[in-house]
Amino acid sequence: MAEPIAFTLRLRRYDPESGDAPFWAEHTIELEPHRSILDGILQAKARFDGSIAIRCSCQAAICGSCGVRINGRPGLACNTRLRDALRDAPDGVIEVEPMGNMPVIKDLVVDMDAVHWKKIRRVTPWLVAEEDGLPEREHLVDRDSMVDVTQAMACIQCGACVSDCLSMEADPLFVGPAAAAKAYRFVADPRDTQQLERLRDLAEDPHGIYDCTHCFTCIDACPKGVAPMNQIMRLRRRAADDHGIVDRNNGERHEAAFATLVRDRGLLHEAELLPRSYGGDSWLGKFHPAAGRVLLSSLPVVTKALLRGKVRPRVAVAGERLPREDRRHVQRIFDTVEGRPERLELNLYLSGVDEDGAGAAGRPPEGSETR
Amino acid sequence: MPAHDVLIIGAGLAGQRAALAAAQAGATVAVLSKVHPVRSHSVAAAGGINAAIAVEDDWRSHAYDTVKGSDFLGDQDAIEVMCAEAPAEVLHLEHIGVTFHRDETGRLDLRAFGGASINRTAYVADITGQAILHVLYEQLLRFGDRIDRYEEWFTTSLIVDDGGCAGVVARDVRSGAMEVFAAKSVILACGGAGQCFKPTTNGLICTGDGMALAYRAGAPLMDMEMVQYHPTTLVENGFLITEGARGEGAHLLNADGERFMERYAPSKRELASRDVVSRAEQTEIDEGRGVGPDGRGIYLDITVVPRRRTLEALREIVNIGRDFAGVDITREPIVIRPGQHYVMGGVRTDVHGRTPLDGLYAAGEVACVSVHGGNRLGANSLLDTLIFGRRAGEHAAARAAGTRMPRVSRAPLHDDARRIEAILARPAGAGRRVSEIKEELGTTMNRHVAVFRDEGGLRTALDVVRRLREEAESAAVDDRGTVFNQDVLGAIELGCLLDCAEAMVVSALERRESRGAQFRTDFPRRDDAEWLKHITITRDGDGAPRIGYAPVTITRWEPEERRY
Repeated sequence: MAEPIAFTLRLRRYDPESGDAPFWAEHTIELEPHRSILDGILQAKARFDGSIAIRCSCQAAICGSCGVRINGRPGLACNTRLRDALRDAPDGVIEVEPMGNMPVIKDLVVDMDAVHWKKIRRVTPWLVAEEDGLPEREHLVDRDSMVDVTQAMACIQCGACVSDCLSMEADPLFVGPAAAAKAYRFVADPRDTQQLERLRDLAEDPHGIYDCTHCFTCIDACPKGVAPMNQIMRLRRRAADDHGIVDRNNGERHEAAFATLVRDRGLLHEAELLPRSYGGDSWLGKFHPAAGRVLLSSLPVVTKALLRGKVRPRVAVAGERLPREDRRHVQRIFDTVEGRPERLELNLYLSGVDEDGAGAAGRPPEGSETR
Repeated sequence: MPAHDVLIIGAGLAGQRAALAAAQAGATVAVLSKVHPVRSHSVAAAGGINAAIAVEDDWRSHAYDTVKGSDFLGDQDAIEVMCAEAPAEVLHLEHIGVTFHRDETGRLDLRAFGGASINRTAYVADITGQAILHVLYEQLLRFGDRIDRYEEWFTTSLIVDDGGCAGVVARDVRSGAMEVFAAKSVILACGGAGQCFKPTTNGLICTGDGMALAYRAGAPLMDMEMVQYHPTTLVENGFLITEGARGEGAHLLNADGERFMERYAPSKRELASRDVVSRAEQTEIDEGRGVGPDGRGIYLDITVVPRRRTLEALREIVNIGRDFAGVDITREPIVIRPGQHYVMGGVRTDVHGRTPLDGLYAAGEVACVSVHGGNRLGANSLLDTLIFGRRAGEHAAARAAGTRMPRVSRAPLHDDARRIEAILARPAGAGRRVSEIKEELGTTMNRHVAVFRDEGGLRTALDVVRRLREEAESAAVDDRGTVFNQDVLGAIELGCLLDCAEAMVVSALERRESRGAQFRTDFPRRDDAEWLKHITITRDGDGAPRIGYAPVTITRWEPEERRY
């Protein structure tokens, strides 16, 4: 087994009673490189300063207490190894600070009630089953449906995804990745009787599922493979494709316009995207009054972009297009995906590990052993 | 001063289930927990929950397996209650939203588990405890208008008035404010005392607070010598590898590549009860057939389980293997060893969760009903928490309906505030650090109060525990603040651990036989004539532990030789 070596931790400290601003404190600890950041902090706490505050209990990435930012990235202190963190540390010192998007109470302890748990409560976080018609025994449900929701059930409410959610930074009212994943867990649960209501609610809410900008940060942040953004996309597909919910936020229309443009051109054409999202998904969309209004209101942004050279006028108006051969490839992807009798979803519990490749499209390959 | 019919300390499975049951029965309820409820250690229970649900199963078979697993120390009336009510409880969980995995027909799938004569363990992959805990918390939110939650409140003492429990004193971790909570009934549901040991599978919060609170208030502890070592904990750091792995078919191998359990338990092999498997592993290690660093481990070979099945049903340990041992468990064996996991003993209760102290209830690991006796079967702990959590909640609510709210003075608050101030005022550098004392306690217990015990080792442990208790009196803390002062809470928790450890060692010394998890190399036989009885520990007037005995309740199953 490896010998202990020295690591330096730079901890963000804040004592609300002192009246002082937050500051950095450095401690050098000695541990085997495979040990965790939390082990390091606990050693610093035990040997040097018992006043360092961090929530922690299980030390095995299951209780969700020790969400922090390590070298600027959200994660759990207990399942980040010292050696890996050192590799990412810019100046050879491992930096640990409290999670973002939530107020700091003390040192590495944030107020999850103020943000995270409020958002969880927002999505009616309990099963709404048939009240009168409860079966005598268990509900009979499809085997795969329960395995499927396990991915969302695996969420340990650590807040790592909330910490660095860019949409939430821009819009603090955004329901956020953790609560959306929680919502998916009920929407995908065949026992729930409110799936349509839940979807309509989250689609119509201007801070709901269409507020996500698809940035993947939460997928990187999640220590449990919940992939919150995937759950948000699955909520959108269920809302739009399965229930035909056309929301007042133009989320559904925006996605449809997006897809049409990419299918036709192989590339996105921003000048078309906006009017189509508001005016309807065709070339005529721009003549719809709603499209006119939104075009007018976005003129200042467009002007600024032109002045700063971010777009060239010809491209802005006419857009770009892939060569015909490449466009055919893109269209073939659309045809294949849309031509499937049922939608395939990526789910680690159903499909195995992501790096595996085998069965990554969803269902197990024929003849594979499942029992 | 907040006042409730039923006040529950701890918000793991037992506490949350008690709260929901008491609220359902019409009582006013508060749950007070030193951590946010979903951080409670029930979250770590992996493998599943036992219930005789299958049509070909019978709760009596479950009860017999449990009695046999307990090495006949379990109280059979309580075991019958637990096993008979298990199917309805599991179906209730299913109805409120637990996503139990299904078989091909859409019914609850059941996996094999240790010591069970049939597949009877319902599960959610290997996150069963987490799934149930989170669903109960969903219900707590749903009934938020009927259940008050005090999250991150640390209970410093029970208030005993007129010979009964009348409430508690607690400290708000976030602000440091102290408060008195009056209650007609108090239910302790604050878990086990695994932090007495190092390593342990238990979280840092498992510091025996509830056992110590009850013990100091005069309630007896029972079966404290019965400490379970789980057969499969990661050799690197003591993390739990679920018994579900062996339930799914994984093998245990020694250095010769031999599936050695065939020698110790020819019929159940890896799925014998935990005490049997842990002893077999320790014997292999002690006789030089161990593997890994210094030969202190045993191979757990999960590669024999189909890879797809492992990824679907044992995903958590795939992650643990990858993140904490650098091993892909679907492709190579992982090195494990027996490690402290569970305390069968606890605050003595009856089948309604009542302790001998009027108005005080206990449920879950903190309690000793005793349904686990000398050794708990895997997947019976979740069941224990839920059945007796619910029963305690119901009984406490019914009791509250016919009781007046006790009048409670604020004097106990001032006592506790002074106690905390005294800890804060200890001169820095004068004594040892809390962390050092805790470390010495953990390694001592793990050395002498482990799988194999003898009088010499236990005497050493007792001496160490008593010395540490003196040293703890002067252990200084660094944090003098009020907001999130974990340092001072750590000092209080250390006192709880030392009380629990003393009770464990004293009981282990007293039981001069081998039964269940207690194996005395100096008394290697089970001795039913002398020791078919519980050992109780009560606190004397001067703070010393006083030993007592309680009979084992036998309803249908006379003690017999245990074979797996």
